Amino acid sequence: MLDYKPNMVLTSDKQYKVVGTRPVRHDGADKVTGLARYSADLNLPGMLYGKVLRSPHAHARIRSIDTSKAEAMPGVRSVVTGADIVEPTGRASDLAEGAMINFKFLSNNIMAQDKALYKGHAIAAVAAVNAHVAEQALEAIEVDYEVLPPVMRAGEAMADNATLVHERLAAFNTASTRAGGVLDEDDASTGTNIANHFEFRMGDMDAGYAQADVVVERSVSTSAVHQGYIEPHAGTAMWHDDGSLTIWSSSQGHFTVRDHTARLVGIPVSKVKAIPMEIGGGFGAKLAVYMEPVAALLARKAHAPVKVAMNRTEVFEATGPTSGTEISCKIGATNEGKITAAEVHLTFEAGAFPGSPVAGAANCVLAAYDIANTYIEGYDIVVNRPKTAAYRAPGSPAAAYCVEVALDELAEKLGIDALDLRLMNSAREGTRRPTGPLTPKVGYVETLEATKAHPHYSAPKDGKARGRGVASGFWGNNTGPSAAVALVNPDGTVTLTEGSPDIGGTRASVAQQLAEVLGIAVEDVNPQIGDTDSIGFTSNTGGSSVTFKTGYAAYTAAQDIKQQMIARAARIWEVEPEDVQFEDGVLTHRADDQLRMTFQQLAARQVPTGGPIVGRGGVNPGGAGPCIGVHIVDVEVDEETGKVEVVRYTAVQDAGKAIHPSYVEGQIQGGAVQGIGWALNEEYYTNDQGHMVNSSFLDYRMPTSLDLPMIDTCIVEVDNPNHPFGVRGVGEVPIVPPMAAIANAIYDAIGVRLTVLPMNPGNVLEALWEKNGS
Amino acid sequence: MPDVWIPAQMQRITGAPDRVQVEGATVRQVINNLERMHPGMKELLYDEELDDITPGLAVIVDGDVSQLGLMERVQDDTEMHFLPAIGGG
Repeated sequence: MLDYKPNMVLTSDKQYKVVGTRPVRHDGADKVTGLARYSADLNLPGMLYGKVLRSPHAHARIRSIDTSKAEAMPGVRSVVTGADIVEPTGRASDLAEGAMINFKFLSNNIMAQDKALYKGHAIAAVAAVNAHVAEQALEAIEVDYEVLPPVMRAGEAMADNATLVHERLAAFNTASTRAGGVLDEDDASTGTNIANHFEFRMGDMDAGYAQADVVVERSVSTSAVHQGYIEPHAGTAMWHDDGSLTIWSSSQGHFTVRDHTARLVGIPVSKVKAIPMEIGGGFGAKLAVYMEPVAALLARKAHAPVKVAMNRTEVFEATGPTSGTEISCKIGATNEGKITAAEVHLTFEAGAFPGSPVAGAANCVLAAYDIANTYIEGYDIVVNRPKTAAYRAPGSPAAAYCVEVALDELAEKLGIDALDLRLMNSAREGTRRPTGPLTPKVGYVETLEATKAHPHYSAPKDGKARGRGVASGFWGNNTGPSAAVALVNPDGTVTLTEGSPDIGGTRASVAQQLAEVLGIAVEDVNPQIGDTDSIGFTSNTGGSSVTFKTGYAAYTAAQDIKQQMIARAARIWEVEPEDVQFEDGVLTHRADDQLRMTFQQLAARQVPTGGPIVGRGGVNPGGAGPCIGVHIVDVEVDEETGKVEVVRYTAVQDAGKAIHPSYVEGQIQGGAVQGIGWALNEEYYTNDQGHMVNSSFLDYRMPTSLDLPMIDTCIVEVDNPNHPFGVRGVGEVPIVPPMAAIANAIYDAIGVRLTVLPMNPGNVLEALWEKNGS
Repeated sequence: MPDVWIPAQMQRITGAPDRVQVEGATVRQVINNLERMHPGMKELLYDEELDDITPGLAVIVDGDVSQLGLMERVQDDTEMHFLPAIGGG
């Protein structure tokens, strides 16, 4: 039993009527009663079913593909291969939210050209009258492969004379996230597996280490893990007689679906309408398209709508996990605990195509600390694994695992409390980051202090082999263009159409911001996600950005409505608009208290007073404030079996203003649980041929509610000055601290530093045996 | 004049120092003037075909990622950085 109230909210000074409350989500009833429709739920008259033939080899040259027997089978309506997809040049393009796309690589990932680059790489696809016929047709496709040796880990890939994943990959040396490229035709240099190498340097490292009394060095390695969303990828495509295309799918950005599919099937974006379905989890991996272009190509050839859906094995083998990594760091500090120098070396596997989140790791690691002398370098390495995709705070968790374990070692050597060490070295507003810019207003110190004051931190640790660990994690949060349109209904409600797919309850958190401005109940707002023909361009639901940017768009739309309503009231009362005020959903005359009208009353009179009232918000706001999370975990280690049990867990996080505290808590809990899975169980287990051998949820072990205690949360509100309500993103940072916090707890329990993820029973036992010499 | 911080790799490629004072009222003007001072910088920072900042780079103006890129106005005391444009998950 806890002796305090869990899920604390340490509120900011600003109080609101709707913002900060916990209404029932608008889409909740449909989701719990099964009415909500997800990607694979769509069925159209005459619809065909697509299936994808995938490479059985991790690395192979494709000598030929013969689809004639499959095409001749009864019930088969179309077959496509790499010859059918547009293969753009290898030039990188910038799309929404700074996401780097090299369309050649994107095209080659969706359908292989001359080489299969990982087990599960798509080789061909079939559309048939039903899924069984489509599967039989896949077996009739003859592919002649020249099997090549796979290169599976970054270390092998970087070695001299390593097998090359791409013979013509160009090496970049840039701090940009350029996702690799190919050598020019007249460039005689040889290819490489090193897609990028960059560095950041600040201060004088030699001088920094010279000032240090204690230096800690630590190396760790992590395995590729998958986001593990419940809903597999699926897409349905239908062509129209005018050459336009409609796509239904769930994604983290239907404008990206539109833009990428248009490019890969060779039509203008204006010819594509992408309709967002409900989404059963994404966590970054549904920022990329896989199925939609394939469905479109099959449907074009078949002259009929086609649905293509992945099964779980395909999701594991052919979508984007996060990177396996090799990371090392060196940190020096004075006896008093002041960190004088820190360096971090990051090597990230990108998968079969360039573009790991190593730049994200570099941006985040050390960013929450005030260190005068820093050096960070990163390598982006291609290997014969599925192309990595974003996963919650991409890059930051693995980097934090290394540094936050090293800080624990440093605290121990110095005899300083682990949180005090972090507090002593915490960045504050104005601190220069290792990558250069100054830190804006942040709540790092407040979050660390709240963690230290939390009852969990001082609670007794009962039991044998029990340990407690803490760790901090940073994420910068993101923003981007976003659109919202609000229609005032005659009954006084508002229909709010927004461009951001709702993954984590953002219909509610965005609607609350509109309702707050208009002074109406959030239940009187009907939030909808518009398709790409119905709402302005909106960047992806990623980077913990939606409550910030789309909330800003809704706020702007509400202000637009407010101004229009003031003008209407002035017209009705035959006064000047300057004499009318709008507060808490009521319009009044500043000097005549007899002139009064509610939002609902004016809504009923909108048509005869000037026509429908439509509020518009199209924004691209800057200043998404960064945040940290600090986690406390208690574990119990079974020294006979190596099993680690999480017995208590508390996550403390700066949320700016928590618009809907329950959904902030849900994000914190979800992120922490995914981090715990990453820490203790999850990994892509591959054999010597590069085949993933645990590609089902039976063998790829994710934590369930039966494995874990309740994740207790503590929200710390330090307003972001760049948002009308002080919002910071909250969805990603909670996955950053768990690995290090658990490693530090295991060390506290049994005196062993775990430096390899996952910290599963085998790895724990090996570390124990090494410690005990047996 | 705006204070421009040059990423380590770009220093190596162009011989530019880690920080340089560059005239200009917009990011575009600063990049053009930087090219005159340290040839090669513009190719690294600017994509001619897109008429935009190099894909994958973000320009940070006084601590915030600029949403206007080349069109962002800068002041005499502005601090500018060119960093990876980070998305998210």
